[in-house]
Amino acid sequence: MSLITLENLSVRYGGQTVLRDVNLAIAPGEIVTIVGPNGSGKTSLLRAIIGATRPATGRVTHQKGLKIGYVPQKLHIDPTLPMTVERFLRLPGGFPRADCAAALDQAEVPDLSKQQMTSLSGGQFQRVLLARALINRPDVLLLDEATQGLDQPGSAAFYRRIAQVRAQTGCAVLMISHELHVVMSASDRVICLNGHVCCEGTPEIVSSAPEYRALFGTGTGGALALYRHEHDHAHDANCAHEHETEKAAE
Amino acid sequence: MLDDFMIRATLAGIGVAFAAAPLGSFVVWRRMAYFGDATAHAAILGVALSLAFQMSIFAGTMAVSLVMALTVTMLTGRGYAMDTLLGVLAHSALAFGLVAVSFLSGVRIDLMAYLFGDILSVSRGDLAVIWGGAALVVVLIGWRWSSLLTATLSDDLAYASGINPKREQLILTLSLAITVAVAIKVVGVLLIAAMLIIPAAAARPMSRSPEMMAVMAAVIGAVAAITGLRAAYVFDTPAGPSIVCVAALIFLGSSLLSGRRGVS
Repeated sequence: MSLITLENLSVRYGGQTVLRDVNLAIAPGEIVTIVGPNGSGKTSLLRAIIGATRPATGRVTHQKGLKIGYVPQKLHIDPTLPMTVERFLRLPGGFPRADCAAALDQAEVPDLSKQQMTSLSGGQFQRVLLARALINRPDVLLLDEATQGLDQPGSAAFYRRIAQVRAQTGCAVLMISHELHVVMSASDRVICLNGHVCCEGTPEIVSSAPEYRALFGTGTGGALALYRHEHDHAHDANCAHEHETEKAAE
Repeated sequence: MLDDFMIRATLAGIGVAFAAAPLGSFVVWRRMAYFGDATAHAAILGVALSLAFQMSIFAGTMAVSLVMALTVTMLTGRGYAMDTLLGVLAHSALAFGLVAVSFLSGVRIDLMAYLFGDILSVSRGDLAVIWGGAALVVVLIGWRWSSLLTATLSDDLAYASGINPKREQLILTLSLAITVAVAIKVVGVLLIAAMLIIPAAAARPMSRSPEMMAVMAAVIGAVAAITGLRAAYVFDTPAGPSIVCVAALIFLGSSLLSGRRGVS
């Protein structure tokens, strides 16, 4: 039984259709990466899954009792709001302190619990968001461009961490990547979204060939992989595939 | 004890300070200051309607404040710039209220009492309404505290935790309407927003947690009420504005102290 099932999902914002007829199922323990150009509906898809956006048509079904860990794309905390990392992690359920420590350990930022949220660096903030998503031992982790603002070694470390978390806890991962071709190598499936599901496949593990080294640099520890798109259809003029041209150049 | 008007006034001021503290903290965190202003200004229209239909001022102001707050909430994100929208609504509500009051030829009302409060004339009945309303606000916000905080951080984070941020917004809207209705007698419609924002803002530099900020805001509000009333008695100044002046001085002191310590 799938954890999350989307059936013919369409989402509209003020007359504009951002997603149409999306069918998708997330199985327990799998890592699914969604790529797609800006405005392709990636965030809308996640928001529909967490219930923040009502589908125009179609259905979103959660497995009974599904626990979701959600890492938002960005989070602005007003500087007038005093809040320690520990307090932030324990919202809203009042999780025990021991769970906070465990979640911070899992996110590899064990010493931050007494810090104020507004004093964290960008990278620390991202890890704390991850810790918050992990605290309720979720069945599925939803990550919206979680590596935004991190450099390549930083993203690679973050992806390795996600892969380890999956290995340790067995939770499924659905993540949005802001890159079209470079994805987490541990992804079981990559889905290219552009208003609808354009293509779907597995990532190509990066070999040690020099051209890949040039692309990824060294020291990513095999965390990154390539996704080559296979599109068998063309969009109409107002919805062109950004990477169509790149494919031609390959 | 309640026979003394100063004691009744002090208790009324403390009651308003207690309701305003947790609500005011959310007003500051969510940047709703102008929203509080609009709701409060609409209350003068509520006063006019209450007098016209001979119902209780409390019920009338609460109803109109609630309608105002709901209207603003509904119009949010419909393509208007928020500060423009609130500016239009706040000031036109005040203007319509003042015009409506002038139509009430049969009743003689002291408009100043509603604009700036008339805390020295608080009766035992008023005191019961103020403390009842304040208790209701504290219980409402206390009950939803964690959900309100989560929704304040981010709507999407709230949805992912199974919280509907729109419902939490409604709790704040309702609390705001109650607070306006109970505070109108104490500080008047023009200064209600001050009682919401100034104690909470003054409490910020001394607080390391949201709970502490709300409690400190209550303490600061109560101190301002007690000291302000005392000052009004000694210097023969208007009571409501005196309370706000003391709160503003505490804010100034708190900001200067935290600035010197280098804490933001």
